[in-house]
Amino acid sequence: MEDIDTIAMLQDPVRRRLYEYVVAQGREVGRNEAAEAAGVARTLAAHHLDKLTEAGLLESGSRRLSGRSGPGAGRPAKVYQRVRAEFAVSLPARDYRTAAELLAEAAEEAGLDAALGAAARRRGEALRGTAAPCGDLEEAARLLAARGYEPHLEGEGAEVAAPVVRMRNCPFHAVAERFPPLVCGMNLALLEGLLGADGPVRARVDPRPGECCVVVENSKTDAD
Amino acid sequence: MTASQRAVHLAQLNVATLLHPLDDPRIAPFVEVLDPVNATADGAPGFVWRLVEDGGADATALRPAGENVIVNMSVWESQEALWDFTYRSGHLEVVRQRRDWFHRHVEAHLVLWWIPAGHVPTVEEALARLAELRAVGPSPRAFTFTSSYSAAEAAEAHTG
Repeated sequence: MEDIDTIAMLQDPVRRRLYEYVVAQGREVGRNEAAEAAGVARTLAAHHLDKLTEAGLLESGSRRLSGRSGPGAGRPAKVYQRVRAEFAVSLPARDYRTAAELLAEAAEEAGLDAALGAAARRRGEALRGTAAPCGDLEEAARLLAARGYEPHLEGEGAEVAAPVVRMRNCPFHAVAERFPPLVCGMNLALLEGLLGADGPVRARVDPRPGECCVVVENSKTDAD
Repeated sequence: MTASQRAVHLAQLNVATLLHPLDDPRIAPFVEVLDPVNATADGAPGFVWRLVEDGGADATALRPAGENVIVNMSVWESQEALWDFTYRSGHLEVVRQRRDWFHRHVEAHLVLWWIPAGHVPTVEEALARLAELRAVGPSPRAFTFTSSYSAAEAAEAHTG
Protein backbone atom coordinates (compact mmCIF):
# COMPACT_ATOMS: atom_id res chain seq x y z
CA MET A 1 0.00 0.00 0.00
CA GLU A 2 1.36 3.42 -0.91
CA ASP A 3 1.47 6.18 1.68
CA ILE A 4 -1.32 8.09 -0.04
CA ASP A 5 -3.63 5.06 0.22
CA THR A 6 -2.65 4.52 3.84
CA ILE A 7 -3.42 8.12 4.75
CA ALA A 8 -6.71 7.94 2.82
CA MET A 9 -7.80 5.23 5.28
CA LEU A 10 -8.23 8.00 7.84
CA GLN A 11 -10.85 9.84 5.83
CA ASP A 12 -13.63 7.79 7.43
CA PRO A 13 -14.64 9.83 10.51
CA VAL A 14 -15.16 6.83 12.81
CA ARG A 15 -11.85 5.32 11.78
CA ARG A 16 -10.19 8.69 12.32
CA ARG A 17 -11.65 9.01 15.84
CA LEU A 18 -10.51 5.50 16.73
CA TYR A 19 -7.02 6.12 15.36
CA GLU A 20 -6.66 9.43 17.20
CA TYR A 21 -7.86 7.87 20.43
CA VAL A 22 -5.38 4.98 20.25
CA VAL A 23 -2.53 7.36 19.38
CA ALA A 24 -3.36 9.70 22.28
CA GLN A 25 -3.20 6.91 24.86
CA GLY A 26 0.41 5.99 24.12
CA ARG A 27 -0.22 2.38 25.16
CA GLU A 28 -2.10 -0.69 23.98
CA VAL A 29 -5.85 -0.09 23.76
CA GLY A 30 -8.58 -2.75 23.80
CA ARG A 31 -11.59 -2.86 21.49
CA ASN A 32 -14.16 -2.08 24.18
CA GLU A 33 -12.28 0.94 25.39
CA ALA A 34 -11.76 2.30 21.86
CA ALA A 35 -15.41 1.70 20.96
CA GLU A 36 -16.58 3.57 24.02
CA ALA A 37 -14.23 6.49 23.38
CA ALA A 38 -15.35 6.80 19.75
CA GLY A 39 -19.02 6.36 20.67
CA VAL A 40 -19.61 3.39 18.36
CA ALA A 41 -20.60 -0.26 18.80
CA ARG A 42 -17.86 -2.75 19.64
CA THR A 43 -18.24 -4.71 16.38
CA LEU A 44 -17.94 -1.57 14.29
CA ALA A 45 -14.89 -0.46 16.27
CA ALA A 46 -13.31 -3.90 15.84
CA HIS A 47 -13.91 -3.72 12.07
CA HIS A 48 -12.25 -0.32 11.74
CA LEU A 49 -9.38 -1.12 14.11
CA ASP A 50 -8.57 -4.18 12.02
CA LYS A 51 -8.76 -2.08 8.83
CA LEU A 52 -6.28 0.36 10.37
CA THR A 53 -4.03 -2.55 11.28
CA GLU A 54 -4.18 -3.95 7.73
CA ALA A 55 -3.23 -0.52 6.42
CA GLY A 56 -0.16 -0.46 8.68
CA LEU A 57 -1.29 2.49 10.79
CA LEU A 58 -1.85 0.38 13.91
CA GLU A 59 -0.39 -2.87 15.09
CA SER A 60 -2.33 -5.41 17.08
CA GLY A 61 -1.47 -7.93 19.73
CA SER A 62 -3.31 -9.86 22.38
CA ARG A 63 -3.21 -9.38 26.10
CA ARG A 64 -5.32 -10.27 29.11
CA LEU A 65 -6.84 -6.93 30.00
CA SER A 66 -8.03 -8.14 33.41
CA GLY A 67 -4.45 -8.11 34.64
CA ARG A 68 -4.96 -11.65 35.93
CA SER A 69 -3.25 -14.72 34.54
CA GLY A 70 -3.63 -18.46 34.74
CA PRO A 71 -6.85 -20.49 34.52
CA GLY A 72 -9.97 -18.39 34.85
CA ALA A 73 -8.28 -15.18 33.77
CA GLY A 74 -10.30 -15.19 30.57
CA ARG A 75 -9.31 -15.18 26.92
CA PRO A 76 -6.68 -12.68 25.84
CA ALA A 77 -8.22 -9.58 24.27
CA LYS A 78 -7.06 -7.97 21.06
CA VAL A 79 -5.19 -4.73 21.68
CA TYR A 80 -3.96 -2.01 19.34
CA GLN A 81 -1.26 0.63 19.31
CA ARG A 82 0.30 2.96 16.78
CA VAL A 83 3.10 1.65 14.59
CA ARG A 84 6.38 3.54 14.67
CA ALA A 85 6.52 4.05 10.89
CA GLU A 86 5.72 7.45 9.45
CA PHE A 87 3.68 8.24 6.36
CA ALA A 88 3.99 11.34 4.25
CA VAL A 89 2.60 12.59 0.99
CA SER A 90 3.70 15.66 -0.91
CA LEU A 91 1.91 17.02 -3.97
CA PRO A 92 3.80 17.78 -6.08
CA ALA A 93 6.61 15.43 -5.01
CA ARG A 94 9.00 17.27 -2.70
CA ASP A 95 11.74 15.70 -0.63
CA TYR A 96 12.51 17.88 2.36
CA ARG A 97 13.67 14.89 4.37
CA THR A 98 16.69 14.27 2.17
CA ALA A 99 17.44 18.00 2.27
CA ALA A 100 17.18 17.97 6.07
CA GLU A 101 19.47 14.97 6.36
CA LEU A 102 22.08 16.46 4.06
CA LEU A 103 22.00 19.82 5.84
CA ALA A 104 22.27 18.05 9.20
CA GLU A 105 25.17 15.94 7.97
CA ALA A 106 27.01 19.03 6.79
CA ALA A 107 26.22 20.91 10.02
CA GLU A 108 27.44 17.94 12.05
CA GLU A 109 30.69 17.69 10.09
CA ALA A 110 31.28 21.42 10.40
CA GLY A 111 30.40 21.42 14.11
CA LEU A 112 27.64 24.00 13.70
CA ASP A 113 25.66 23.05 16.84
CA ALA A 114 25.75 26.55 18.30
CA ALA A 115 24.77 28.28 15.07
CA LEU A 116 21.90 25.85 14.50
CA GLY A 117 20.74 26.33 18.10
CA ALA A 118 20.79 30.13 17.68
CA ALA A 119 18.73 29.91 14.46
CA ALA A 120 16.26 27.56 16.14
CA ARG A 121 15.89 29.87 19.14
CA ARG A 122 15.19 32.82 16.84
CA ARG A 123 12.58 30.75 15.02
CA GLY A 124 10.92 29.79 18.29
CA GLU A 125 10.84 33.43 19.36
CA ALA A 126 9.36 34.43 16.01
CA LEU A 127 6.64 31.81 16.42
CA ARG A 128 5.82 33.21 19.85
CA GLY A 129 5.68 36.73 18.43
CA THR A 130 4.66 39.42 20.88
CA ALA A 131 3.00 36.98 23.30
CA ALA A 132 4.25 36.90 26.88
CA PRO A 133 6.37 33.89 27.93
CA CYS A 134 4.24 30.78 28.31
CA GLY A 135 2.30 31.07 31.58
CA ASP A 136 1.82 27.49 32.79
CA LEU A 137 2.08 23.83 31.85
CA GLU A 138 -1.45 23.71 30.38
CA GLU A 139 -0.62 26.55 28.01
CA ALA A 140 2.68 24.86 27.16
CA ALA A 141 0.79 21.65 26.32
CA ARG A 142 -1.53 23.58 23.98
CA LEU A 143 1.42 25.23 22.19
CA LEU A 144 3.22 21.90 21.86
CA ALA A 145 0.11 20.07 20.64
CA ALA A 146 -0.32 22.67 17.90
CA ARG A 147 3.22 21.86 16.71
CA GLY A 148 2.66 18.10 16.67
CA TYR A 149 4.57 17.11 19.81
CA GLU A 150 1.66 15.11 21.29
CA PRO A 151 2.20 16.41 24.83
CA HIS A 152 0.76 14.88 27.97
CA LEU A 153 0.96 16.01 31.57
CA GLU A 154 2.80 13.60 33.84
CA GLY A 155 3.13 13.44 37.61
CA GLU A 156 0.22 15.73 38.42
CA GLY A 157 -1.07 14.97 41.89
CA ALA A 158 1.83 12.60 42.52
CA GLU A 159 3.53 13.08 45.86
CA VAL A 160 7.14 12.97 44.78
CA ALA A 161 7.60 14.09 41.20
CA ALA A 162 6.79 17.63 40.15
CA PRO A 163 4.41 17.73 37.18
CA VAL A 164 6.08 17.89 33.76
CA VAL A 165 4.83 17.97 30.23
CA ARG A 166 6.30 15.06 28.27
CA MET A 167 5.92 14.57 24.53
CA ARG A 168 5.14 11.35 22.72
CA ASN A 169 6.15 12.61 19.29
CA CYS A 170 9.33 14.14 17.97
CA PRO A 171 8.46 16.24 14.91
CA PHE A 172 12.08 15.85 13.76
CA HIS A 173 12.23 12.11 14.41
CA ALA A 174 13.96 10.91 11.22
CA VAL A 175 16.80 13.46 11.43
CA ALA A 176 16.98 13.24 15.23
CA GLU A 177 17.64 9.50 14.96
CA ARG A 178 20.58 10.11 12.61
CA PHE A 179 22.07 13.18 14.30
CA PRO A 180 20.80 13.07 17.90
CA PRO A 181 22.91 15.69 19.70
CA LEU A 182 22.70 18.19 16.85
CA VAL A 183 18.95 17.87 16.24
CA CYS A 184 17.96 17.46 19.91
CA GLY A 185 19.93 20.64 20.67
CA MET A 186 18.08 22.39 17.86
CA ASN A 187 14.75 21.14 19.20
CA LEU A 188 15.54 22.36 22.72
CA ALA A 189 16.50 25.82 21.45
CA LEU A 190 13.35 26.03 19.32
CA LEU A 191 11.16 25.19 22.30
CA GLU A 192 13.05 27.60 24.57
CA GLY A 193 12.30 30.34 22.07
CA LEU A 194 8.68 29.27 21.70
CA LEU A 195 8.03 29.15 25.46
CA GLY A 196 10.04 32.27 26.22
CA ALA A 197 13.02 32.73 28.52
CA ASP A 198 12.67 33.56 32.22
CA GLY A 199 8.96 32.73 32.26
CA PRO A 200 7.02 30.50 34.65
CA VAL A 201 7.86 27.36 32.64
CA ARG A 202 11.04 26.15 31.04
CA ALA A 203 12.18 23.44 28.64
CA ARG A 204 14.86 20.95 29.66
CA VAL A 205 16.52 17.95 28.02
CA ASP A 206 15.33 14.75 29.70
CA PRO A 207 15.16 12.05 27.03
CA ARG A 208 13.46 8.69 27.34
CA PRO A 209 13.28 5.88 24.81
CA GLY A 210 10.48 6.44 22.31
CA GLU A 211 9.76 10.05 23.31
CA CYS A 212 10.82 13.59 22.47
CA CYS A 213 14.10 14.58 24.18
CA VAL A 214 12.60 17.62 25.90
CA VAL A 215 10.28 18.04 28.87
CA VAL A 216 8.62 21.24 30.02
CA GLU A 217 8.46 21.95 33.74
CA ASN A 218 7.74 24.79 36.12
CA SER A 219 10.74 27.08 36.47
CA LYS A 220 12.66 26.74 39.68
CA THR A 221 11.45 29.09 42.37
CA ASP A 222 13.40 30.64 45.25
CA ALA A 223 12.11 27.84 47.46
CA ASP A 224 14.22 25.29 45.57
CA MET B 1 23.25 -24.10 16.09
CA THR B 2 24.49 -21.82 13.33
CA ALA B 3 26.87 -18.97 13.88
CA SER B 4 24.13 -16.38 13.41
CA GLN B 5 22.14 -17.85 16.30
CA ARG B 6 25.01 -17.79 18.76
CA ALA B 7 24.57 -15.23 21.54
CA VAL B 8 26.28 -11.99 20.58
CA HIS B 9 26.83 -8.67 22.26
CA LEU B 10 27.64 -5.27 20.82
CA ALA B 11 30.94 -3.68 21.78
CA GLN B 12 31.48 0.06 21.58
CA LEU B 13 34.50 2.36 21.70
CA ASN B 14 34.56 6.09 21.42
CA VAL B 15 37.45 8.47 21.75
CA ALA B 16 37.32 12.15 22.66
CA THR B 17 40.17 14.64 22.50
CA LEU B 18 40.08 17.00 25.47
CA LEU B 19 40.24 20.74 24.81
CA HIS B 20 41.88 21.20 28.22
CA PRO B 21 43.34 18.83 30.85
CA LEU B 22 40.78 16.93 32.89
CA ASP B 23 41.56 18.97 36.03
CA ASP B 24 41.03 22.27 34.20
CA PRO B 25 38.02 24.23 35.55
CA ARG B 26 36.63 24.45 32.00
CA ILE B 27 36.27 20.67 31.96
CA ALA B 28 34.75 20.53 35.47
CA PRO B 29 31.12 20.34 34.23
CA PHE B 30 32.06 17.17 32.33
CA VAL B 31 33.93 15.65 35.28
CA GLU B 32 30.95 16.38 37.54
CA VAL B 33 28.54 14.32 35.45
CA LEU B 34 30.88 11.35 34.98
CA ASP B 35 29.70 9.44 38.05
CA PRO B 36 25.95 9.96 37.59
CA VAL B 37 26.12 9.20 33.87
CA ASN B 38 28.20 6.07 34.47
CA ALA B 39 25.65 5.02 37.09
CA THR B 40 22.90 5.51 34.49
CA ALA B 41 24.83 3.28 32.11
CA ASP B 42 25.35 0.57 34.74
CA GLY B 43 21.60 0.52 35.42
CA ALA B 44 20.45 0.87 31.80
CA PRO B 45 18.48 -1.96 30.14
CA GLY B 46 20.84 -4.15 28.10
CA PHE B 47 24.05 -2.91 29.75
CA VAL B 48 26.69 -5.65 30.04
CA TRP B 49 30.11 -4.18 30.81
CA ARG B 50 32.19 -1.03 30.65
CA LEU B 51 35.90 -0.35 30.83
CA VAL B 52 37.09 0.78 34.26
CA GLU B 53 40.72 1.27 35.20
CA ASP B 54 42.08 -0.71 38.16
CA GLY B 55 40.94 0.90 41.39
CA GLY B 56 39.04 3.67 39.58
CA ALA B 57 35.42 4.50 38.86
CA ASP B 58 35.91 5.08 35.14
CA ALA B 59 38.46 4.89 32.34
CA THR B 60 39.35 8.58 32.03
CA ALA B 61 42.91 8.04 33.33
CA LEU B 62 43.66 5.39 30.70
CA ARG B 63 45.13 7.11 27.68
CA PRO B 64 45.82 4.35 25.16
CA ALA B 65 45.02 6.59 22.19
CA GLY B 66 47.06 9.64 23.17
CA GLU B 67 47.78 11.77 26.21
CA ASN B 68 44.80 14.11 25.76
CA VAL B 69 42.43 11.49 24.34
CA ILE B 70 39.99 9.83 26.74
CA VAL B 71 38.42 6.53 25.79
CA ASN B 72 35.03 5.11 26.60
CA MET B 73 34.36 1.44 26.01
CA SER B 74 31.36 -0.73 26.81
CA VAL B 75 29.40 -3.86 25.87
CA TRP B 76 25.63 -4.04 25.32
CA GLU B 77 23.05 -6.72 24.61
CA SER B 78 21.81 -4.94 21.50
CA GLN B 79 22.40 -1.89 19.35
CA GLU B 80 19.01 -0.54 20.41
CA ALA B 81 20.00 -0.73 24.09
CA LEU B 82 23.23 1.18 23.41
CA TRP B 83 21.38 3.78 21.29
CA ASP B 84 18.76 4.35 23.97
CA PHE B 85 21.44 4.89 26.59
CA THR B 86 23.59 7.11 24.39
CA TYR B 87 20.84 9.36 23.07
CA ARG B 88 17.71 8.70 25.13
CA SER B 89 19.03 9.04 28.69
CA GLY B 90 20.83 11.71 30.72
CA HIS B 91 23.89 10.88 28.60
CA LEU B 92 22.43 12.97 25.76
CA GLU B 93 23.21 16.15 27.72
CA VAL B 94 26.88 15.15 27.79
CA VAL B 95 26.94 14.54 24.04
CA ARG B 96 25.04 17.76 23.38
CA GLN B 97 27.72 19.79 25.18
CA ARG B 98 30.61 17.93 23.56
CA ARG B 99 31.83 21.01 21.69
CA ASP B 100 32.52 22.74 25.03
CA TRP B 101 34.90 20.02 26.16
CA PHE B 102 36.28 18.13 23.19
CA HIS B 103 37.92 18.82 19.85
CA ARG B 104 35.82 18.10 16.83
CA HIS B 105 36.96 14.87 15.26
CA VAL B 106 37.35 14.82 11.52
CA GLU B 107 37.86 11.05 11.56
CA ALA B 108 35.42 8.55 13.06
CA HIS B 109 35.43 8.72 16.85
CA LEU B 110 32.92 5.93 17.55
CA VAL B 111 33.10 2.31 16.45
CA LEU B 112 30.73 -0.61 17.05
CA TRP B 113 31.37 -4.30 16.49
CA TRP B 114 29.83 -7.63 17.46
CA ILE B 115 31.51 -9.93 19.97
CA PRO B 116 30.59 -13.36 21.35
CA ALA B 117 28.60 -12.97 24.56
CA GLY B 118 30.95 -13.33 27.52
CA HIS B 119 33.99 -11.98 25.68
CA VAL B 120 35.57 -8.95 27.32
CA PRO B 121 37.10 -6.81 24.60
CA THR B 122 40.57 -5.38 25.14
CA VAL B 123 41.54 -1.78 24.48
CA GLU B 124 43.96 -2.97 21.77
CA GLU B 125 41.16 -4.86 20.03
CA ALA B 126 38.91 -1.80 20.22
CA LEU B 127 41.55 0.56 18.82
CA ALA B 128 42.17 -1.91 15.98
CA ARG B 129 38.45 -1.83 15.11
CA LEU B 130 38.47 1.97 15.14
CA ALA B 131 41.54 1.99 12.90
CA GLU B 132 39.79 -0.41 10.54
CA LEU B 133 36.67 1.79 10.40
CA ARG B 134 38.85 4.81 9.66
CA ALA B 135 40.83 2.96 7.00
CA VAL B 136 38.13 1.20 4.98
CA GLY B 137 34.84 2.70 6.16
CA PRO B 138 31.94 0.83 7.76
CA SER B 139 31.99 -2.95 7.39
CA PRO B 140 30.44 -5.86 9.30
CA ARG B 141 33.68 -5.87 11.36
CA ALA B 142 33.58 -2.21 12.40
CA PHE B 143 30.61 0.08 11.91
CA THR B 144 28.64 3.03 13.27
CA PHE B 145 25.04 3.75 14.31
CA THR B 146 24.11 5.23 10.94
CA SER B 147 25.82 2.52 8.89
CA SER B 148 25.31 -0.55 11.02
CA TYR B 149 25.47 -4.27 10.33
CA SER B 150 23.53 -7.00 12.07
CA ALA B 151 25.23 -9.77 14.02
CA ALA B 152 24.10 -12.19 11.31
CA GLU B 153 25.81 -10.11 8.63
CA ALA B 154 28.96 -10.00 10.72
CA ALA B 155 28.88 -13.79 11.19
CA GLU B 156 28.35 -14.30 7.46
CA ALA B 157 31.22 -12.01 6.58
CA HIS B 158 33.40 -13.94 9.03
CA THR B 159 32.61 -17.43 7.73
CA GLY B 160 32.08 -16.44 4.10
